[in-house]
Amino acid sequence: MNAHVALFLRDVRLALRVGGGAWMGVLFFLIVVALVPFAVGPDSGLLRRIGPAILWLGALLASLLTLDQLFADDREDGSLDLILMGSAPLQLAILAKALAHWLTAGLPLVIAAPLLGIFFNIDLLSMAAVALTLLVGTPALTFLGLIGAALAAALRRGGLLVPVMILPLTIPVLIFGVAASNAAIVGPVPFGTPFTILCALSLAGLVIGPIAAAAALRHAD
Amino acid sequence: MRLSAADLTCQRGGRELFSGLGFSLAGGEALVVTGRNGSGKSSLLRLIAGLLRPDRGRISIEGGDPERSIAEQAHYLGHQDALKPSLTVGENLRFWSAYLGPAENPPERALGQLGLEDLADLPAAYLSAGQKRRLSLARLLTAHRPLWLLDEPSAALDAEGQSRLTDLMVEHLARGGLILAAAHGPIGLANALELKLGAAA
Repeated sequence: MNAHVALFLRDVRLALRVGGGAWMGVLFFLIVVALVPFAVGPDSGLLRRIGPAILWLGALLASLLTLDQLFADDREDGSLDLILMGSAPLQLAILAKALAHWLTAGLPLVIAAPLLGIFFNIDLLSMAAVALTLLVGTPALTFLGLIGAALAAALRRGGLLVPVMILPLTIPVLIFGVAASNAAIVGPVPFGTPFTILCALSLAGLVIGPIAAAAALRHAD
Repeated sequence: MRLSAADLTCQRGGRELFSGLGFSLAGGEALVVTGRNGSGKSSLLRLIAGLLRPDRGRISIEGGDPERSIAEQAHYLGHQDALKPSLTVGENLRFWSAYLGPAENPPERALGQLGLEDLADLPAAYLSAGQKRRLSLARLLTAHRPLWLLDEPSAALDAEGQSRLTDLMVEHLARGGLILAAAHGPIGLANALELKLGAAA
């Protein structure tokens, strides 16, 4: 079996096991988003307007929740040393870990989102559009988060460092994610314009994230 | 095959651990690095594994695969055992076997060589410190690497485990392998060379 495939499968398996991050992120997302209607009140027009923004914020926070452990766990138990010594390119190993993270922490958010549309009085078709923006946008969050996770592991500081470093970088993703969602629900901007930029952000992250994270891990002492 | 280092200097946190260090190790030879705590034994192994960069000096390998770096031709056994507690013994070893590349030895057989064959389905969280050490030693057997970098390999091992370790090291040397081990006591190899850090360096 190829080294990267092995790493990907191991991370997916770890996330699904007891103590893994797969369920925590999606539960956090459900709870945060479900709390908003209680805080804002039963104004269905208002909820419908802010719904996409709340879903996007919830997805952002939920994917960061599990991200800071992405390299820190491997660093603590010594696995990272062996991964760094491997003959396979480090960027691809990081990409394998990122894909495993997205599959177990990002994709469940996309699947859970339509369920939450009910809370915000968003009709089914619009909700499908919001889920679609999450589907193409959440990889960008994982890829950007890689950089923070790698720096945190390199500096041996976990906790809030990752969100504090990464949240400012995610602003473009948030802007275009919410813009595309709103375009699908209320218009008048065509859905395609912000949506393609969102796709572009994910693709740029796919390239930049692993390279930057590999540089951070290589220069760690 | 020959591993040589010349004029190595290593600093950690602004403090010089050793300077001007050199050694040369040929195939079939073992070098035991000794020295008091904090003298830089582990740092020396990490330098060779490419996990730290030397401030000065160079490390080179001759006669190996010229396409691969020293790190890619080495097994590194650090203080940590690189095991995931929620995966079983077998899953842990199968992962490293797949990650480290062409397996020369099926993981099941490597488990048997370390006396862990009955524990293959047990989550690694339930292993004792010595059993974890055995499992990470089994990793060295799944894929062939000419150079073994062992950081206190016998830590936590019982007498039976230590004699298995000695047998494995003797076998590795007999096949022309190289061993560089950091240790506080004798590691059971009769004609191992010794490098003492601290006083002489």
